[in-house]
Amino acid sequence: MTTTTTVPPAGAQPAPDTRPSRPRKRARRTAGEGRMAALLLSPTLLVLALVIAYPLLSAVHQSLFRAESGLDADGFVSDVDAFVGLANYADLFAGESGRRFLNAFANTTFFTVTTVFFETVLGLCLALAMNRAFRGRSFLRASILVPWAVPTAVSGLLWRWIFQSDGIANTLIGSEILWTAEGDASKLAVIIAEVWKTAPFIGLLVLAGMQVIPGEVYEAAKIDGAGWWRQLGSITLPLVKPTLLVAVLFRMLDALRMFDLPFVLIGPGKESVETLSMLAWDESNQLRYGSASAFAVVLFLYVAIVAIVFVKVLGADVTGAKELKLLSKKSAKKSRSLATSELKKAEATR
Amino acid sequence: MRQRRRTWQTLLATTASLTVAAVALTGCGGTAPDAKSTPKAAAASFEGKGPINYVSNRDASGAANKSIEEWNAAHPEEKVTFIELPDSADAQRQQLIQNAQIKSDTFSVLNLDVVWTSEFAANKWIMPLPADAVPTDKMIPATVNAATYRDSLVGAPYYTDGALLYFRSDLLKAAGIAAAPKTWDEMKTACKAILALPEAAGMSCYAGQFDKNEALTVNFSEAVASAGGTIVDADGKPTVNTAEAKKGLNLLVDGFKDGMFPSDAITYLEEQGRRAFQDGKVVFLRNWPFVYASLTATDGSSKVNGKFDITSIPGTDGPGVSTLGGRSLAISPFTPNKATALEFVKFFTSQEQAQKRLALSSRAPAYASLYADPTVVAKRPFFPTLLTSLNNAQPRPKVVQYGATTKAIQEEAYAAITGKKDTDTALKDMQAKLTELSK
Repeated sequence: MTTTTTVPPAGAQPAPDTRPSRPRKRARRTAGEGRMAALLLSPTLLVLALVIAYPLLSAVHQSLFRAESGLDADGFVSDVDAFVGLANYADLFAGESGRRFLNAFANTTFFTVTTVFFETVLGLCLALAMNRAFRGRSFLRASILVPWAVPTAVSGLLWRWIFQSDGIANTLIGSEILWTAEGDASKLAVIIAEVWKTAPFIGLLVLAGMQVIPGEVYEAAKIDGAGWWRQLGSITLPLVKPTLLVAVLFRMLDALRMFDLPFVLIGPGKESVETLSMLAWDESNQLRYGSASAFAVVLFLYVAIVAIVFVKVLGADVTGAKELKLLSKKSAKKSRSLATSELKKAEATR
Repeated sequence: MRQRRRTWQTLLATTASLTVAAVALTGCGGTAPDAKSTPKAAAASFEGKGPINYVSNRDASGAANKSIEEWNAAHPEEKVTFIELPDSADAQRQQLIQNAQIKSDTFSVLNLDVVWTSEFAANKWIMPLPADAVPTDKMIPATVNAATYRDSLVGAPYYTDGALLYFRSDLLKAAGIAAAPKTWDEMKTACKAILALPEAAGMSCYAGQFDKNEALTVNFSEAVASAGGTIVDADGKPTVNTAEAKKGLNLLVDGFKDGMFPSDAITYLEEQGRRAFQDGKVVFLRNWPFVYASLTATDGSSKVNGKFDITSIPGTDGPGVSTLGGRSLAISPFTPNKATALEFVKFFTSQEQAQKRLALSSRAPAYASLYADPTVVAKRPFFPTLLTSLNNAQPRPKVVQYGATTKAIQEEAYAAITGKKDTDTALKDMQAKLTELSK
């Protein structure tokens, strides 16, 4: 695959001539064409360099410095940004700041794992429900979207009202749980609010994946005597797997940088729900830009590693390259028995 | 393959040159290292006239705008533009600091929360004001103190805020208690009598603000100061590991332990406490003056309208010590029109303007004499009590690293009142953290 791809990086710009024809047949590009392509691409790369590469490199650069501030005799701050090498990173694992970092790291991971798990399960259920033909289906679809459409800060406030000590959550369960105080209850509150908000996202993406499964597949399965569970396990799930993986990947990357929900719902500075983003924000708020950058860089690496592992190991198809291939294969084949080919493909993707 | 390499070369070269051009254009050169070494003498002169910007938190009453309109009508060549910052204090501080760090001349006159005074002054983000700029002798001393950094006045007090103790006068009367309690002990005794009444069934005694938030720093400072302690001394050195501070913190710890505070008070901010009082759940409430309007609402939302009264917060031997809220105006050294800025600050914080604003705004003025004005008192009956509270008030710790300081205070005080740490350990840890920060 790597040898046949042409110059532009995979996701950047599908060259106009990537029709389903085989690469062998493609006319060799002339030098002028290549240069032209480069010229046309460079504005895009420039923007990427400015909004991604520059801030990233500058954060890494900043994370190597620390403001050695002190007060002079008149009480004025005399601070110099001293180069401290990797000291900001070393501090992530030692002393008080190390404890906070590990706590935030554990919280971030915990929230990511739990919320994405529940969202996926709930999202799948939502999609299955929405995929059936019934009266008022479009209304249900629209209403399921509502939590996703509410801005996170607003939904944080909303849930704060629900979870306050004399709020509706406590009234419903008939006990007094202090959801917004430090403790495990606050973690649960964040998970509930987050799942409520983002399960529709997974639900809708998965629904889109389900919609493209041809009805004939199910008809064939029915004729072969497969029950609902069998259809779910052998047709629906394998065929929505590529979509589901992408949805889960997006959610994981999103959850790893969770900030606004715990910030608004529980409050800044509460260790039970402090995530890495909140910690970086707090440090920069205290004007300690060096360690704030170090936190941010570590978070970036963490997110990047998770994304790479996810794409490489589970084969999440983010750019749609595989999808294109599948489609081209399909159109090329002109198969009479769609059902069998789909099933085969399902086997292949598994 | 040669062709591909050339393509890459073109790509890289174009991108690189464009990047260089863009960086040069936007001037992302980074700040000069000698940012803070501006000569001291330059800070003292106020020269340059012309239009300026006044950057402030929101003023829903429109009173500040009225003052600015009046100024603009009289000074068409030196117009003042009102720039409104976000509602959150953190966001305001961040924007002000960012502008100061790049030495932007956009913000000329800054509206600063009293707790930011030291940080801004120590970083030379605001200028010391001339001695005659503000009639400090007419102002409540605590407001002047809060706008002072190391003996030099750096801000002109704009409005102020102090704590009040709201209490259910109807229940006190029913229990046969003649005078409002002045100390915690008196308050406890009063509560015992009141909570025994059938009409007070299910009520709690006292609520403050105890959620991990700036409000906890306020409540902790008040408890410590009311017990005769301090958090930092005049030089900014921490002093929380003392018997007085322990006595103060114990007031709060015991309040939770003994059930004197409602058990969910650990999640209370100003609003939750107000609601609890308004719904008849607590007998005493420590809060700011702004809740007075909601408590006296006649639309049925308040169950306590006409049933409560106001006094100073309790102390250990006499009335307690309130912390000080409020705002002051300061001048940025990076504005070219410093003379106009100074004149505007003088005009805006003058007693005349303060009095005019009182007609629209409920913000408490810095001038002591305005609290005795009968027309004002008729509209805001809590003003005399508030003045007593303000005359007694102490600023929160005046330290340069206020953000980290308040966080350390919240962390340890919260651990103590939730029972995670005992009072001694919490105060010892707080002292250690604050010592680290005051270096």
